[in-house]
Amino acid sequence: MEILIAIAGLGIICLIAEIFNARKAIVPISIVGLIAVLVYTVGRCLKGGKEFISGLAMDGKGYFNMLVSDKYSLAFSSLFILLAIFLIALSPDFHKNHKPKLSDFVATKLFLLTGAIAMVAFGNLSMFFLGIEVLSISLYVLAASEPKNLKSNEAGMKYFLMGAFASGLILFGIALIYGATGSFDTAVIQTKALSPDLPKWFSIGFVLLSIGLLFKIAAVPFHFWAPDVYEGSPALTTATMSTLAKVAAIAAFFKLAYALNPVLSGRFITIINVVAIASMLIGNLVALKQTNVKRMLAFSGISHAGYMLLIFQLHGLTAAQSNLFFYAVAYSIAGIAAFAVVLSVCGNKGDEQIFNFNGLGKTNPVLALVLTCALLSMAGIPVFAGFFAKFNLFSQVLSKGMNSPSAQGIITALILVIAAVVSSIISVGYYFKLIIAMYSKEPNEDSQPLVVPFAYKAVAIVSFVLIIAIGLWPDLASSLIRRTVLVENMIKNKII
Amino acid sequence: MENILQEIGIDNYIYLSTLLFCVGAFGVLFRRNAIVMFMSIEIMLNAVNLLLVAFSTYHQDAAGQIFVFFSMAVAAAEVAVGLAILVAVYRNVKGIDIDNLKNLKG
Repeated sequence: MEILIAIAGLGIICLIAEIFNARKAIVPISIVGLIAVLVYTVGRCLKGGKEFISGLAMDGKGYFNMLVSDKYSLAFSSLFILLAIFLIALSPDFHKNHKPKLSDFVATKLFLLTGAIAMVAFGNLSMFFLGIEVLSISLYVLAASEPKNLKSNEAGMKYFLMGAFASGLILFGIALIYGATGSFDTAVIQTKALSPDLPKWFSIGFVLLSIGLLFKIAAVPFHFWAPDVYEGSPALTTATMSTLAKVAAIAAFFKLAYALNPVLSGRFITIINVVAIASMLIGNLVALKQTNVKRMLAFSGISHAGYMLLIFQLHGLTAAQSNLFFYAVAYSIAGIAAFAVVLSVCGNKGDEQIFNFNGLGKTNPVLALVLTCALLSMAGIPVFAGFFAKFNLFSQVLSKGMNSPSAQGIITALILVIAAVVSSIISVGYYFKLIIAMYSKEPNEDSQPLVVPFAYKAVAIVSFVLIIAIGLWPDLASSLIRRTVLVENMIKNKII
Repeated sequence: MENILQEIGIDNYIYLSTLLFCVGAFGVLFRRNAIVMFMSIEIMLNAVNLLLVAFSTYHQDAAGQIFVFFSMAVAAAEVAVGLAILVAVYRNVKGIDIDNLKNLKG
């Protein structure tokens, strides 16, 4: 709760700072404030916080179970805050042509962050609904934030229509679940969901909720809006959508699925598996023929959503949670690194075709190195965080399948892992298209020398270091969500 | 209130609001005028509000009606943003037909 209040307060301070002509202070204040909140959240997360045991974590008694602060929500909150710090650090240079509106952009991002945190920390469906709406409405505003640019208008309109439609589905699902159980509280719903005389509306409501969230995640049958919206929106908004919003939606979907149903039915998991396989394959195959970098990253995001949906296969909540968290960290930080470079190269050109990157390896080797590492991490090449995320996930899915007593379990696991590995191999094809353009093509003749603002460089390099550090010491990320050796040692040595 | 609900039956409320919801959903899918699409979205959300209020009476629980206030507030905010986007679109293409927006293609 304190985290939410602090971040919303920061957003209001940004708006007030503009009134008092303190525009220069907006970004430093919000970054320092967010770092303080991040330290507080990480501290609480390491120190304790109960593990998320499907909905019944009653840590939030003081708030009528509206918000729960279990390890799951605290860990994801700290990831969101970190991403928001990066995104806000990128804003002043990106919006340098709209100086007077800077406070609006920063404040909208801060409010978006509160929505994302409410989405993972909910204990009550009304909190979840408010969180997802705050996140979505802020993103509609950001997507259409260049009113004179027709592309941005179109992206905003499409995102708004799809998002409002999905919100309608989610709301209808919540209403049916309320009708079946008589409560919005996840703990109550979970106990009621076990009773044998549960009305059929409950399952219908849960399916509608899942469809609405799959829209927000952009998993395959519901992905058609994503490429257009990602391409048309301003690049910084695309970065926000593809990292923060996507990860928040997946984390909320996972928590919701386990918070409402004590035991997920086999049929539901089968459907999720089909969605996951379709997202991985279609996302990666269609990405192969894209020439616009933002559009390519949109399809890459669709395929990563597919990989992340594999966690429903895993044994036990703890394993699934820590795998999901690790994958989300690896994916979103690589995404931030990639977008920091895309912003520096294409920031003022207005189009993000791959040929803009020609010869970047010669003109700006540092940025080329960062982008290469980010893409390799997303593709899953060793040393980088993305490889370990994929490796852990696939090997655990496989080992769970191999230990299952039925032949069906083994076959399912095999199909999933083979599809995942094949689509990872396909993904190398388009990631390397960009890498080859950077290193083996000559720089464009008409291009001016690249002037990269300090903030872009700083974000690119910090996220690059994070990708490698988390790849080498996976415990850095996993400690947030489960008790690793690192945490035990820190407690023993009284560091925390 | 309970008597009316008992006479009509909760099932009929569910059918009615499902029907309204479908009217709204098909409106979003098939109409090409942005204003009509917004109205259809409102129909979807109001169908849900009706359902929530009916369930709230059915369970004799106030939480459902409180939730309706949340969802009304959210719907108002959402449509305000949507209309702002629509005004920006109108200034650029001088029309509110959604078919004008076909510049982004793969």
